[in-house]
Amino acid sequence: MSNQTFKNVSNAIVPWLTPIFLIVIWQWAAQSGHLSTRILPSPLSIGQAFIKLTESGELWVHVKTSTWRALSGFAVGGGLGLILGLITGSFKKAEVVLDTTLQMIRNIPPLALIPLVILWFGIDEVAKLFLVSVGVFFPVYLNTFHGIRNVDPGLIEMAKSYGLKGFSLYWHVILPGALPSILVGVRFSLGLMWVLLIVAETISAQSGIGYMTMNAREFLQTDIVLVGILVYALLGKLADVLAKSLERYWLRWHPGYQSA
Amino acid sequence: MQNNLVELKEVKKVEVVSCSQNGVSLTIRDLKKHYGDREVLKGINIEIEQGEFVAIVGRSGCGKSTLLRLVAGLEASSSGRLVLDHRCLPNNSVTRIMFQEARLLPWKKVIQNIALGLSAGILQQAKDVLQAVGLSDRADEWPARLSGGQKQRVSLARALVHKPKLLLLDEPLGALDALTRIEMHQLIESLWSQNKFTALLVTHDVSEAIALADRIILIEDGAIALNLEVDLPRPRERASQKFVEIEKQLLDQLLGSTH
Repeated sequence: MSNQTFKNVSNAIVPWLTPIFLIVIWQWAAQSGHLSTRILPSPLSIGQAFIKLTESGELWVHVKTSTWRALSGFAVGGGLGLILGLITGSFKKAEVVLDTTLQMIRNIPPLALIPLVILWFGIDEVAKLFLVSVGVFFPVYLNTFHGIRNVDPGLIEMAKSYGLKGFSLYWHVILPGALPSILVGVRFSLGLMWVLLIVAETISAQSGIGYMTMNAREFLQTDIVLVGILVYALLGKLADVLAKSLERYWLRWHPGYQSA
Repeated sequence: MQNNLVELKEVKKVEVVSCSQNGVSLTIRDLKKHYGDREVLKGINIEIEQGEFVAIVGRSGCGKSTLLRLVAGLEASSSGRLVLDHRCLPNNSVTRIMFQEARLLPWKKVIQNIALGLSAGILQQAKDVLQAVGLSDRADEWPARLSGGQKQRVSLARALVHKPKLLLLDEPLGALDALTRIEMHQLIESLWSQNKFTALLVTHDVSEAIALADRIILIEDGAIALNLEVDLPRPRERASQKFVEIEKQLLDQLLGSTH
């Protein structure tokens, strides 16, 4: 019994030993002057900078702005991707009309649009919203399309022979069948959402985490730059955890997603 | 003359004429089906009485599954007539099909799978059928957690909850092990004798056909080669002399067709 608890505790601790060790080394190197604070400030001073920014409320303002931009971009791009994916996936005609165009646009890296976006929208909010939306659109669109197309035709035939058609066929059979694929698209675009936002914010912004780090760079405040990077990492992780828990809930019937 | 014209007209749907209590009678007349130039069914004529259990056997590719799909209305025939006799229900609730694979929706619990296509609030009926196939304790399980035999039981329950007048079985036991298959034979036979629906079973397993059917129709190359009454008392003893004789007769016919 006690042996078992020991095992559990050590299993919980062991994965953290390496990062803790690295941080201790880092702190030591910064304190002893082996590592210039211009290049990498000590973990303690990053922590202090984090606390200072939180207490002044400055960090919150930036995080709120960035999160709002990310989520609204995701809602617009992902929503459009979902709707268009459902349409082209369900109707052959819509695929013929739309898919080639979309596939062509897909091959343009969204970041290559930055000069054009600045010309069109200036460095306004709309510019960031546009970039994020374009970026997250395609993973959701493609995965929704393929999800719909890959629903087992045997199940559809069965459901039809049991009297399901129209909306109920869609709701009970086609949509749930496409859901695993749609969620893969959602997770993928959540990652892409932050990447695009970071780039958009570092190029041109008056607020947001990207602005905060770029501003800090001008004043050589390496600690604040690092706080910004850490916050991005945390937000990215948070988005992924959310997507994962959605998967675990919606796909709880799926043997591949069942929690042990 | 007039009648002939109607009969030869292409029929998209199974026709429904009159009515009966439990099973329906099924008349298949001069039914043909071709895919492009390939003729799969070359004019099939079958009369099935209400409540009768008929098995269709044949080698793979002989057209037996196509025949079943036509009767189920999953495909349209090229020509010929299919007439179902019954009284009060709309056509789509008369016939139910049990497929080769269970085809359960993996995102619905067992009980919801059975209730598929039922109007809400008839959950009790779904529970009753689930009990009839011996799986009432698995009602809230995901289909992925069931064994192959259990899945087919659920699929049988899903078909029976609609109280079909005609149950179509498209080699539903082909993927099961021998022991489970015999169990399923007993289950299907007892549910059939209780509910008195008409049953049409397609199989390549000759002994399965003899164990279950009142009559066996052997299809070869898109046409009926043999129409054999199975006059054995139920439940049938597989080792009995008559059983073995019928089995031999059918197998000889099936194997002889290669020469």
